[in-house]
Amino acid sequence: MLNAFACMARRDVTLALRRRADVLTTVFFFILVVTLFPLGVGPEATLLRSMAPGVLWVSALLASMLALGRLFAQDHADGTLEQMALSAEPLVLFVYAKVAAHWLLSGLPLVLLAPMLGLQFDLPASSLAVLFFSLLIGTPVLSLLGAIGAALTLGVRGGGVLVALLVLPLYIPVLIFGTGAVGAKASGVDGSAHLLLLGAMLAGAAALAPWATAAALRIALE
Amino acid sequence: MVKHNKPGRWFKYASPALFFPLAGQLIPGFRAAAAVLAGLGLYIGFFVAPTDFQQGDAYRIIFVHVPAAWMSMVLYLAMAFWAGMGLVFNTRLSSMMASALAPTGAMFTFLALWTGALWGKPTWGAWWVWDARLTSELILLFLYLGFMGLQAAIDEPRRADRAGALLALVGVVNVPIIYFSVQWWNTLHQGSSINLQSAPSMALTMLLGMLLMALSFWAYSIAAVLLRVRCILLQREGDSDWRRVAVGAAR
Repeated sequence: MLNAFACMARRDVTLALRRRADVLTTVFFFILVVTLFPLGVGPEATLLRSMAPGVLWVSALLASMLALGRLFAQDHADGTLEQMALSAEPLVLFVYAKVAAHWLLSGLPLVLLAPMLGLQFDLPASSLAVLFFSLLIGTPVLSLLGAIGAALTLGVRGGGVLVALLVLPLYIPVLIFGTGAVGAKASGVDGSAHLLLLGAMLAGAAALAPWATAAALRIALE
Repeated sequence: MVKHNKPGRWFKYASPALFFPLAGQLIPGFRAAAAVLAGLGLYIGFFVAPTDFQQGDAYRIIFVHVPAAWMSMVLYLAMAFWAGMGLVFNTRLSSMMASALAPTGAMFTFLALWTGALWGKPTWGAWWVWDARLTSELILLFLYLGFMGLQAAIDEPRRADRAGALLALVGVVNVPIIYFSVQWWNTLHQGSSINLQSAPSMALTMLLGMLLMALSFWAYSIAAVLLRVRCILLQREGDSDWRRVAVGAAR
């Protein structure tokens, strides 16, 4: 079982790395959106410092959502997904593997880049550390919840816009506690309560979301 | 045999052929009840209930606001319930109920937000605040819209039903968050003045007006949803025999 998981995750990562442009597009989209804000609202340091967590989180959220289209679409188009559903291993296992690969490719790069972009917003080092950890715990939740939306809109016309309508409301709690952690740290309070709640969301989403995703995939394959 | 008969009495209305005329018979009664109760409730709300000593006459919007907010949550739960029934028992009518509930629920959610804004301006001094309850109610509106958007985007009815049902069940997490948000976060939106454990902290006539409005909204929702289910039934089962009989009889 673990073998199948590792196999599927490695396959997805390999496939994505062969088409490096897809992965890099997400990363550059993230950098670009973050860059737009100082240009739009003006370069005052105090304003930027208070905005930074929200801007970085919203940009990460949008970038992660943009990448959802690739999660199942190719496998659905060439019939691989049906083979997965028919295989002896449970479909949920493949969903876990695919979500893990999706996070490695479109979540982790954002987490690693965010502290550097935070410097552009003049964030102090302590806030950067909290931002890093909040994204590290939060972005897997985005991938897990997003997978449900990606599976529901599989092969549906206008799926790209629709997935935003389905997934963004579910992302809001993650956004609130993710930015809340950085905000709390900046105002002198310990941000750990927010991080613990994010951790709880991750535990809940990791336990439940893949089952919902697998059910949605079965509906799409019917 | 008796054991099998009992649920059969209820399950028989899962058949569109039997449900369609039943819904048709129920609609006029609920429609009339909604109109009468709304008339009474609004009369009490505007003319009988005393003016609030803190908020003046601005508070009178609660006669619409609170029942609408209740309905927005109740209808979502009902929608998720029927969606779940549709998934589990694979009954066509349950899924149609879920689809029929969504627009009415979205309407009440919007009404709750809108009347809340009208009340917030004179009382809080702002049309909108980013308070936990307001935000979670707004998410509820997005969930309704997402459900309707997903169902509208899928052409095949069966897949639309099942995909929508899954989404409705995922979104049901939000309802307790809205309900308890006032206690959990303790932000600007005040707590409830009514609960079952203690005497209500409002004048009796105010409570009466609010309850009448709530009952009226219930009756309206039932009438509107039954009407919409009938339309969906006619649309989807256009070629069936019972439909020809039912529509022929109505003419």
